Amino acid sequence: MAQITEQADIRPARGLGQWSEHIAFVALVVFLIVAPSFIYPVLLMKALCFALFACAFNLLIGYVGLLSFGHALFFGWSAYVCAYAAKAWGFPPELAILTGTATAAFLGLVTGSLAIRRQGIYFAMITLALAQMMFFFALQAPFTGGEDGIQAVPRGRLFGVFNLADQMTMYAFVVVIFLACFLLIYRIIYSPFGEVLKAIRENEQRAISLGYKTDRYKLMAFVLSATLAGVAGSTKALVFQLASLTDVHWTMSGEVVLMTLLGGLGTVFGPAVGAFIIVAMQNYLAGFGQWVTIIQGAIFVICVLLFRRGIVGVIAHALRIRL
Amino acid sequence: MFELLGIPPQALFGQLLLGLINGSFYALLSLGLAVIFGMLNIINFAHGAQYMMGAFVAFFLLQFGIGYWPALIIAPIMVGITGIIIERLFLQRLYQLDHLYGLLLTFGLALIIQGLFRHQYGSSGLPYSMPSQLTGGHNLGFMFLPNYRAWVVVLSLIVCFGTWFVIEKTRLGAYLRAATENPTLVRAMGINVPRMITLTYGFGVGLAALAGVMAAPIYSVNPLMGADLIIVVFAVVVIGGMGSIMGAIVTGFGLGVIEGLTKVFFPEASNTVIFVIMVIVLLIRPAGLFGRAA
Repeated sequence: MAQITEQADIRPARGLGQWSEHIAFVALVVFLIVAPSFIYPVLLMKALCFALFACAFNLLIGYVGLLSFGHALFFGWSAYVCAYAAKAWGFPPELAILTGTATAAFLGLVTGSLAIRRQGIYFAMITLALAQMMFFFALQAPFTGGEDGIQAVPRGRLFGVFNLADQMTMYAFVVVIFLACFLLIYRIIYSPFGEVLKAIRENEQRAISLGYKTDRYKLMAFVLSATLAGVAGSTKALVFQLASLTDVHWTMSGEVVLMTLLGGLGTVFGPAVGAFIIVAMQNYLAGFGQWVTIIQGAIFVICVLLFRRGIVGVIAHALRIRL
Repeated sequence: MFELLGIPPQALFGQLLLGLINGSFYALLSLGLAVIFGMLNIINFAHGAQYMMGAFVAFFLLQFGIGYWPALIIAPIMVGITGIIIERLFLQRLYQLDHLYGLLLTFGLALIIQGLFRHQYGSSGLPYSMPSQLTGGHNLGFMFLPNYRAWVVVLSLIVCFGTWFVIEKTRLGAYLRAATENPTLVRAMGINVPRMITLTYGFGVGLAALAGVMAAPIYSVNPLMGADLIIVVFAVVVIGGMGSIMGAIVTGFGLGVIEGLTKVFFPEASNTVIFVIMVIVLLIRPAGLFGRAA
């Protein structure tokens, strides 16, 4: 069976190839330091939250080959719990984010252990259906505020010291969270655990015959992905001071698939690049109503037909480097 | 009249009938998904959008003075033709790739179609009146049976079992099943398999459009009418397993009825009951009720 990612044939050959990821990472950090001087910080923070969300999603599809169509479940529910903890219980921001993340991890464990019972196309349908079920719970549960969502969530003081109501302090906090999670994902991908995940992606039967309990690895990867998506959702709730039904709806699951596909499935930087492009597009085309949806659909079609490596994948392939 | 667990029989049978109606749509849509999946190995995410297109085509035809009965034939054919074009232009290029690309592509198509219709018609519903022959209803003593709803259930049953008969009992169906098992071998016998695949997709899409026409007088015609429905149908497909045509039909009707009963006894859960059943089935029989283990 052909693979969902086409990265396997990239062999870093020359000196530059070995350092390409480090160079790109430094460029990313420099960009994040300089960017607030010419891009509106809230937009940047939004893009960073979605970039983290997409990187978390990519951990699953890019490295295990599992397409989850229900990742909004973790993103949205962690946002609700984080917002509720910060607003109703008066949790400080670091604890609120941890609570939201823990919720996502728990939901990831439950849904993951159900979804990995089926493979391939069924996996996608099951995750989508479970996410839709939790969407209805969010719609009906009293604490989520129904159609209104949880509004005016206080950002609070980080560790009791830094006032996150200040836009640049919040930005710095989001950048630190993003970079920390990004490095964690990078570490996971190149760890022995990550190598087993890639083996499962390439040939699950063979991984089983080599003695790996692939279900455990898949579940672990699913929980990690859900947890990191939870970090993204919780952070987003604090940035926008809002958790709403939009975050748990299936369109959100579709968007994270689109970001990752556009940037490049199974690339380290692709999901972040895709997230920045989609967020920028949504921002600049916001006045055109339904055209945003239509363009997103068109990007899906174009990516699948002509452009399966994604933007970063194409660059990496052309330059024969890893990105 | 008798009462069942404190529920008046009118309410109980009314919801049962509504459940059967929903079940008719679940059955038609999951049947189409199963037929398409069998031949193309693609999960057609655009199925909900194509169901919506069926309803819209019926609505357009009415503007030209063409009523419900011709629309029942014309709309599935027209939407089926768009399906054939989609298969020739796009899906055909994906058969060598992982199944997931088909899902992603049809998801993109669904976004485009729904976006275009919403752009043109907004998200409020458009009215579509019932054909005059089927207005009114019969009083069966224990409940009132609207004629149109009875017609939807009967027609859906006829179409479902007709499809089952064609696929399981005729020569054409035998070719189809053979091509599902081993396309290369069937091609070697001189049968044009690519054309069969194209027509199968067109047929599956036509079934969705037929469901859309049947739904138009019951639910209002609106661009998002298929968007949430398709997710429920996915759950139905996971519960039934896509290996069996009869399985898709039985599961579709059965789950519709269960959903209707839930509306009577535990209305808060009526949105989620099918998903909960999916979870239970995954725990007990991971391959689905009628599925073969992978």
